Amino acid sequence: MIWFVAALIGMGAVAWGFRFAGQAVTGNAPKFRDMPYGVAYGYVLGAVVLLWLVWAYMQGRSADPAIANKFFFLRIAIEGFILFAIAAWLFRILGRTFGTAWSRKMFRSMPLTASFGILTILIYAIFAVFAGVIAPYGQEQIVPGVAANIIPGGDPAMGGNPAFPLGTDQIGRDILSRLIYGAQNTVGIAFATTVLAFLLGGTLGFLAATLGGWLDQVLSRMVDVLMAIPSLIFALLLMTIASVWAPKLGIPLTIFMVVIIAVIDSTRVYRLARAVGQNIVVMDYIEAAKLRGEGLGYLVFKEILPNATAPLLAEFGLRFCFVFLTIASLSFLGVGIQPPLADWGTMVRDLAGFVNFAQFAPLAATAPLLAAGAIALLTVAVNFVVDWMLHKSSGLKE
Amino acid sequence: MSDQPLVKMRGVKLEGRSDEVWSPIINGVDLTLARGEVLGLIGESGAGKSTLGLAAMGYTRDGVRISEGTVEFDGIDLLKASAATKRELLGKRIAYVAQSAAASFNPAHKLMDQHVEGPVQHHVMSRAESEADGIELYRKLRLPNPEQIGFRYPHQVSGGQLQRCMTAMAMSCRPDLIIFDEPTTALDVTTQIEVLASIRDIVEQFNTAAIYITHDLAVVAQMADRIKVLLKGDEVETADTRTMLSAPTQEYTKSLWAVRSFERPKKPAVQTGAVPVVSVQSVDAAYGTVPVLHDVSFDMHEGRTVAVVGESGSGKSTTARCITGLLPPKAGQIMVDGQVMPADYRKRSKDQLRQVQMIYQMADTALNPRMSIGQIIARPVQFYLGLTGAAKRKKVDKLLEQIELEPTQYYNRLPSELSGGQKQRIGIARALAAEPKFIICDEVTSALDQLVAEGILRLLARLQDELALSYMFITHDLATVKAIADEVVVMKDGRVVEQGLKDEMFTPPHHPYTDLLLSSVPEMDPDWLNNLLAERGVDNIGDAAVNKM
Repeated sequence: MIWFVAALIGMGAVAWGFRFAGQAVTGNAPKFRDMPYGVAYGYVLGAVVLLWLVWAYMQGRSADPAIANKFFFLRIAIEGFILFAIAAWLFRILGRTFGTAWSRKMFRSMPLTASFGILTILIYAIFAVFAGVIAPYGQEQIVPGVAANIIPGGDPAMGGNPAFPLGTDQIGRDILSRLIYGAQNTVGIAFATTVLAFLLGGTLGFLAATLGGWLDQVLSRMVDVLMAIPSLIFALLLMTIASVWAPKLGIPLTIFMVVIIAVIDSTRVYRLARAVGQNIVVMDYIEAAKLRGEGLGYLVFKEILPNATAPLLAEFGLRFCFVFLTIASLSFLGVGIQPPLADWGTMVRDLAGFVNFAQFAPLAATAPLLAAGAIALLTVAVNFVVDWMLHKSSGLKE
Repeated sequence: MSDQPLVKMRGVKLEGRSDEVWSPIINGVDLTLARGEVLGLIGESGAGKSTLGLAAMGYTRDGVRISEGTVEFDGIDLLKASAATKRELLGKRIAYVAQSAAASFNPAHKLMDQHVEGPVQHHVMSRAESEADGIELYRKLRLPNPEQIGFRYPHQVSGGQLQRCMTAMAMSCRPDLIIFDEPTTALDVTTQIEVLASIRDIVEQFNTAAIYITHDLAVVAQMADRIKVLLKGDEVETADTRTMLSAPTQEYTKSLWAVRSFERPKKPAVQTGAVPVVSVQSVDAAYGTVPVLHDVSFDMHEGRTVAVVGESGSGKSTTARCITGLLPPKAGQIMVDGQVMPADYRKRSKDQLRQVQMIYQMADTALNPRMSIGQIIARPVQFYLGLTGAAKRKKVDKLLEQIELEPTQYYNRLPSELSGGQKQRIGIARALAAEPKFIICDEVTSALDQLVAEGILRLLARLQDELALSYMFITHDLATVKAIADEVVVMKDGRVVEQGLKDEMFTPPHHPYTDLLLSSVPEMDPDWLNNLLAERGVDNIGDAAVNKM
């Protein structure tokens, strides 16, 4: 505690010295002259954190496993961060050199975060579409005669098997193949659900905005009621009911899940579409179209929708993340995507116990984190792209 | 007090950033302002007058930078001054009055709370002193009920009063320099007078220097000692107000001065018994339960322009909404060509809708930003006339030629790629595409610069002659009325106060309200405001004159 306070005070002194030195060296340039003390402190704090990260990374690469294990995950995170940054940078250069004039212009003004997001989404999409070709084993295939191992890396010295680079799960299925199939199942179902939610919520929202009156009232109050119930609990409840109906009706439970999540999420889409629509409906060009005698279809699809695409597209990205996380949560709780279908949420649940090994065998603990990381990576990537699109559509410069 | 100028700007160049490129806004302008002097900065929109005005405070908006030149205020170089030095100056010695008072006040705080912020922050006065001083300033600015008005919220006072409150706020630290950025542009003529008179008085009383930015020549003639004319970032000329008004040297300045000379020839009187194209017959209308129109009746005949004038809130636009059917009247009816129109536009047939077209004030919101010019104009062509393919394209090209835009060049552009005047022309083309007999022009020129507005008026006049169109021309600008109207309808508080031929309306005797409107229109004569105030009695302007009736 004393050390902590001393470090803070020490940094304060360094910050003051840093600003003073900056003023003296640059001959009182505006950057240092008008620099508030808090900003100077921030620079010093940033530098200290950076130094600590470098030190911790060196520790993580130390030969002594007792020390290296402590910083194993930090090391992976730093290496991953640098790797992804380089990949994103290369991808952006690629985008700037090839493609149409339009796409080149888009890549030129793109921040690194957005190019990372687009690259990641592209890779996921490729894995999802070509899962059957890329995956070395089937998603439910239990390879006979191979000892179960959960050590990724395939290093026999550590108890791994080169045939299974990410190891196998507790009943002997290849984790890499299941991750790849998981992209197909989890992402594919999430995408379908989001599209359905947007069709439902978007259409009703625009109708409510355009027509107003009692239709708007009825729809909005219904949405209010649905939104008043905590969405995960509500989904869980409905899924429990559906799991009884599904075998009776002969409809796969997955279809029920898509519809249930789509309806719950469409309430959020409805609110956005209605709000955006209401702003557009009061414009003079809508009045001009109404006075021309245009029908409802023309108003909604030709006049309102093109002007609402930017916020809706951004919401699509965000909503996709939420749907995706909801599916993963439901699967984790056991009512989502059913085994033997590979699903990231289920995979985290099945292997969750191995997290306890983190302290002395970090490699074993990564087994459940692989699927969790796949979820996190996609969520972050989608959000980066959405942020960038929001920034573009809002017309803000800098 | 030294005799050096208060503000000295030398070779100031400003650049604005758009699409990653810095492009020039001001190309090296010099500006000198003595203590207590009022300088008028005029020019069209985009001339860079606001940017230059802000640069005189050493301030630039986001995405703008001062690339060259010096700005000195009272011997202090503002461009090299530290943030702390500028904090000391801004608000205390340099103040700014923005165009839209309603958007510039914080709606969550009372006027007085916002007024005292500056003096208290700068340790000029204590809160109590500043409040007392605020009341004194409100009195000097002739605000009604000066003891109480400061304890209202911004939405509880009128636009003209709010603009004066902002002037009081700018005055609160007794600055040496105030920058007025179009302070009366958003106000009605009758309100404008009060604000102009108050601002001028208070600036004279405290011997404050001011930079007065406006595009209205007649206003600047009243306010400024000296006028500087800007065109696309360059200075055209600078001279004393009187010299500038009587003998401008540059062609551009002369063209600005000449704008107000456009006037259409008088048309023969309407034959008695002719069926009016549109007839508004004793219309009453209300928004919900609030009555807006009371027994409004007037006729509009073929090939003629009826100007409907009045302040904002007088019911001009509501009348237009009744004619189009957007607001079904409570009583009375709308006749087109002698036929009664259904009150609600949804009940009108396609052909009935086609006959009445509308051109809007804000071309920005009247054109769908996601549709190309070709699509915007082609839609009514296809919808009403049933033309498709090559015939549609031919008709659109013809319409674009009619509004004096080159079809091949503009067909595929988006509205955002056009200037304000061009957008308004597209609005006209869209109305023409329906081949109507009658067009409602709702303040079509009030958002445009004078030169551009004149172009639009000439175009509308030409189209009227070619196509025998009737216009209902809603405006609050009497110069526009003089230019284009055949008949005038004066409205106030939802009633028609006076109507008749233009010449009759502009020659006395008038209805007292018409008189007030007419006399409130600023004239180019620099003594106009003085004479008018003397005529009306200085403490009896605006509000009082209206109340007297």
